[in-house]
Amino acid sequence: MKIVVCVKQVPDTNEVKIDEKKGTLIREGVPSIINPEDKIAIEEAVRLKEEFGGEVTVISMGPPQAKDALVEAYAMGADKAILLSDKAFAGSDTWATAYTLSQAIKETGQFDLIFCGRQAIDGDTAQVGPQVAENLSIPQITYVKGVDIEDDEIIAKRQLEDGYSVIKTKLPALLTVIDGLNEPRYPSIKRIIDAYNKEDTIQTWTVEDFEVDKDKLGLDASPTQVYDTFVPTRDHEPEILEGDVEEKVEKLIKKLKEEKVV
Amino acid sequence: MDFNISKEHEMCKKVYRDFAEKEVEPIASEIDENCEFPYENIKKMAKADMLGIPFPQKYGGAGSDTLNYVFAIEELSKSCATHGVILSAHTSLGADPIYKYGTEEQKEKYLKPLATGEKLGAFALTEPNAGTDAAGIKTTAVLKDGQYILNGNKIFITNAGAADIFIIHAMTDKSKGTRGISSFIVEADTPGFSLGKKENKMGINASDTRELIFQNCKIPAENLLGKEGMGFKIAMGTLDGGRIGIAAQALGIAQRALDETVQYTQEREQFGRPIAKFQGLQWEIAEMATKVEAARNLVYKAAKTKDEGKRFSKEAAMAKYYASEIASEVANKAVQLHGGYGYIKDYPVERLMRDAKITEIYEGTTEVQKMVIAGSLLN
Repeated sequence: MKIVVCVKQVPDTNEVKIDEKKGTLIREGVPSIINPEDKIAIEEAVRLKEEFGGEVTVISMGPPQAKDALVEAYAMGADKAILLSDKAFAGSDTWATAYTLSQAIKETGQFDLIFCGRQAIDGDTAQVGPQVAENLSIPQITYVKGVDIEDDEIIAKRQLEDGYSVIKTKLPALLTVIDGLNEPRYPSIKRIIDAYNKEDTIQTWTVEDFEVDKDKLGLDASPTQVYDTFVPTRDHEPEILEGDVEEKVEKLIKKLKEEKVV
Repeated sequence: MDFNISKEHEMCKKVYRDFAEKEVEPIASEIDENCEFPYENIKKMAKADMLGIPFPQKYGGAGSDTLNYVFAIEELSKSCATHGVILSAHTSLGADPIYKYGTEEQKEKYLKPLATGEKLGAFALTEPNAGTDAAGIKTTAVLKDGQYILNGNKIFITNAGAADIFIIHAMTDKSKGTRGISSFIVEADTPGFSLGKKENKMGINASDTRELIFQNCKIPAENLLGKEGMGFKIAMGTLDGGRIGIAAQALGIAQRALDETVQYTQEREQFGRPIAKFQGLQWEIAEMATKVEAARNLVYKAAKTKDEGKRFSKEAAMAKYYASEIASEVANKAVQLHGGYGYIKDYPVERLMRDAKITEIYEGTTEVQKMVIAGSLLN
């Protein structure tokens, strides 16, 4: 089974601060991590490889320092890791990112499964996975919390708000996975050492290394327009209602009426 | 000194910290209270290839170095000093002598499962009447019909109840004193080899420390490590490396005690302000931090010296002597600066203070380290 995993290196938003004036993240001094749901995607791919045999290739698009994320993915058990890094990719929105990733996936050859995390914690768009599936014209199952393979079919549990649906599709397919699917393993110390000391464990591809339409790359090819970013302000102080349940309900209804909510 | 901490070191360190925070920290207080060996965590560490960090990959190791191994012990010990000593005793005392003195067959049979973490290692030199004075060893090994027959007792053995493979030191020729000591590889399930009761200790309570009892315990002659009479040399060489591990454990304890104090003194208010605003406390913290940093430099330097293939006995002894002394001192100060709360088990400094003391005692007391240091300077 040949599996591709798309990952993104993101700032650890638990430790991130916001520039209130500019409305942007202060990246300085904030540690970078593999997007948590992408880690779950890597783990699932490695588990399937261990069960069915095959090969896991991890692909990321990002600046040179995103290599760290690929080292970690390699140390978790990926066989190959490819960093797509080129000035031409800079400023890509999800559309341009998905195009670039899709072209790189095509370049790696045949595949049976593609795993993506549902969404990245820095952008929360949840668009790249589905866009890659569309670009490659393969079925997609999103919000996956359970995976079973039977012959050339995949049976996935797709999480809904009030339960889940079970979806079956033929391979190849793309899955976006969510927290709870598995518990990602710790990277192997031995494989970290290998990643830095063996040749070609982490490859870097520039725009010259795979087939792309240069007009579909980077900021200029990104249809997303950001008009404004701002930090939400809190103009009400929270109020805690006291008393037993009935009293609290009564107080709440009174409040809601006062505010003309009901 | 440039420790040349590489990207790979940094990344490994992150893994150790992450592991310590998620797997070790949550159970540290409980396993201390219940004196419970952390079997599950040791298995998890093996899976992440943490049990053979400095050994070549062809022997099942991670193929890294002593400095990286020091980071692992330091990070684990910040959360739980017992995890630190389990890793140190296994790697430096159980596996390293086989790597350094073993035959290819011994490495294949014993080092590989140790370095992959499939098996756990331990080392036994100390006896009721022989610790620092190794010539007093009473355990004997007699060669007969292609087997060595071991008789005697070893005490205070770290990892005893959990280990699968032991390095045992016994007299093969009493008349030669320390030159009559030999080292052997003994498997835990060998008939004639049994364990005494678990010691009830002041600290590192989750570590399984026991007596080893040998009663006509027969082991194959090929389990002799090195040559007959080399045991003292092997033991001393092994302990040199082990001291770097214990120094790293002490460093982890000291760093955590400092971190806890820095946090607590800024939160705790007395006389209308955080106690960290008082200059008396600031000076204490400055002294603690400086000592921890000095210890770190000594410990990393000892590791680097070993990694460069140079003689490192003096560096290891200095690192162990200093780091263990300041670990006790800093942890003691940390408890003091926490006031009454520091004496309560809800705060980690209480455990840190108990755990720190042993680092001044095992794998050569502070006094032995001073002997080693002076011995390397004086003729």
